[in-house]
Amino acid sequence: MTAMADKRCTADDVVARLESGMTIGIGGWGARRKPMSIVRAILRSDLTDLTVASFGGPDVGMLCAAGKVTKVVFAFVSLDTIPLEPHFRAARQSGAVAAEEYDEGQFLLALQAAAWRVPFLPTRVGLGSDVGAHNPRLATVTSPFPGPGGLPAEELIAVPALELDAALVHYNVGDARGNAAFTGPDQYFDDLMLEAAPTGGRFVSVERIVPTAELRASAGCDHRLRINRMMVDGVVEAPNGAHPTSCDPDYGTDEAAIAAYAATAKSAEAWDSYRQEWLTLPDETAYQSKLRATREGRS
Amino acid sequence: MTIPTIRRADVCAVALAEIFRGDGEILANPIGTTPMVGGRLARATFEPDLMMTDSEAALIADDVAYGWGDDKVLETWNPYRRMFDIVWGGRRHVVMTPVQIDPYGNMNFSAIGGTPEQPKVQLLGFRGGPGNTINHTTSYWIPNHNAKTFVESVDVVCGVGYDRAAALGPTSSRFHEIRRVVTNLCVIDFATEDRRMRLASVHPEVTVGEVVEATGFDLVIPDSVPVTRLPSDDEIRLLDEVIDPEGRRLREVPEP
Repeated sequence: MTAMADKRCTADDVVARLESGMTIGIGGWGARRKPMSIVRAILRSDLTDLTVASFGGPDVGMLCAAGKVTKVVFAFVSLDTIPLEPHFRAARQSGAVAAEEYDEGQFLLALQAAAWRVPFLPTRVGLGSDVGAHNPRLATVTSPFPGPGGLPAEELIAVPALELDAALVHYNVGDARGNAAFTGPDQYFDDLMLEAAPTGGRFVSVERIVPTAELRASAGCDHRLRINRMMVDGVVEAPNGAHPTSCDPDYGTDEAAIAAYAATAKSAEAWDSYRQEWLTLPDETAYQSKLRATREGRS
Repeated sequence: MTIPTIRRADVCAVALAEIFRGDGEILANPIGTTPMVGGRLARATFEPDLMMTDSEAALIADDVAYGWGDDKVLETWNPYRRMFDIVWGGRRHVVMTPVQIDPYGNMNFSAIGGTPEQPKVQLLGFRGGPGNTINHTTSYWIPNHNAKTFVESVDVVCGVGYDRAAALGPTSSRFHEIRRVVTNLCVIDFATEDRRMRLASVHPEVTVGEVVEATGFDLVIPDSVPVTRLPSDDEIRLLDEVIDPEGRRLREVPEP
């Protein structure tokens, strides 16, 4: 009998399957449920020249500050409680990273078009605004159908497919085969990110891996079983792996850690010292141990 | 006898409630402290059918404007992706806060100066500005009315104004409406022939001259400018006791 695929791997295994120059989609939203353990593995690696597509938070800021990024595909980059991501701003204002800007709904359509393997999806979103002037990939398309009430046919924005080379997302619970569930309030766009990436480049980290037979009970509700194994090439067990972002209901945002990270945008020295202390540890286990030790020291 | 003072924040909250008058059963989505308070006030009084968010992934029935606990009353699940269904379906009235806004209501919160490749100041990005303004009713809240915000021309058009909408023609612009701009000084609408901003009312103790001075372009000023509607006793009670008992609006809009 042929064995079922066991897709368990480490964050460093994931990074070994990525390449410099890739376009990488990162799941989550702002400072919420970011696959930070894999982002930390990228920060430890020699990967460079990345295009990062993200409903952006500290994932984007850290990768920009570390010089890993050539282009950011975004509608916003925010730390939630700190509305503007300071490292991302610095990278944009110095001209260090290029931008491919979207309205956040256009971003959804770009991922959906890639997932459905169509060249674009039409929308009214973007008409009249400067988003098309900022993003030359956006085009216009005239509806083949008559307009409403005898008006001329509608001109719409054509949002091109955002084809990723890899996608990284973080969920609450999964199995070894790549099925996974979110148990917090929002799925965000993680499943679309995975579907917009090709076979071989789709990775999910989870708070905990359980046997498939326990997945439904762990999810608590059928509707949360949003990621299935056809969408996934590798599963990383990463408890507290979204830190410092939130992973509701397992844990909230570590606001003190977010604030400390944000403060390092003040100077190159502050960032270097933060990176040295937190982002050059040998692996995720070391990061989590240092975090626990720091918290015990605090209390 | 003490003369009851009219708090500026309460006037702003009422003006923000008034923008939702007549909206009925749609998603009232006022973003920001005083807009959230104003939206809740509208629902608690004259627009009971409005739906409102918990700023996360649910629409909730609670009258309190923020800080809900686990006992909040959920009406429906509304994750981010579902929000686009509502935006593109048009049953929504959003309130956003611009960094810049021009006489026709074009709005910017994306970036200031420089070029698209290298802005001088990177702000939020386009966020949902383009999609909101072309699909459903939009209003704006400006807690600090000043000439750096009200500018002749914005650096990046994130939210579509009336002149840009008109240039798109009647088909593409048929869902576009900028209803009102509420500030700490006044209420502005677009009730002019060419849809240029018009001073609709000034808050109590604010002069027209003050507004003109704080605006970086010529507003249309009617011959007679009314005073913004004052809060009723019932509204003040609701604001103080139910909707915003911590007084967050009073911190956002301090007394002049």
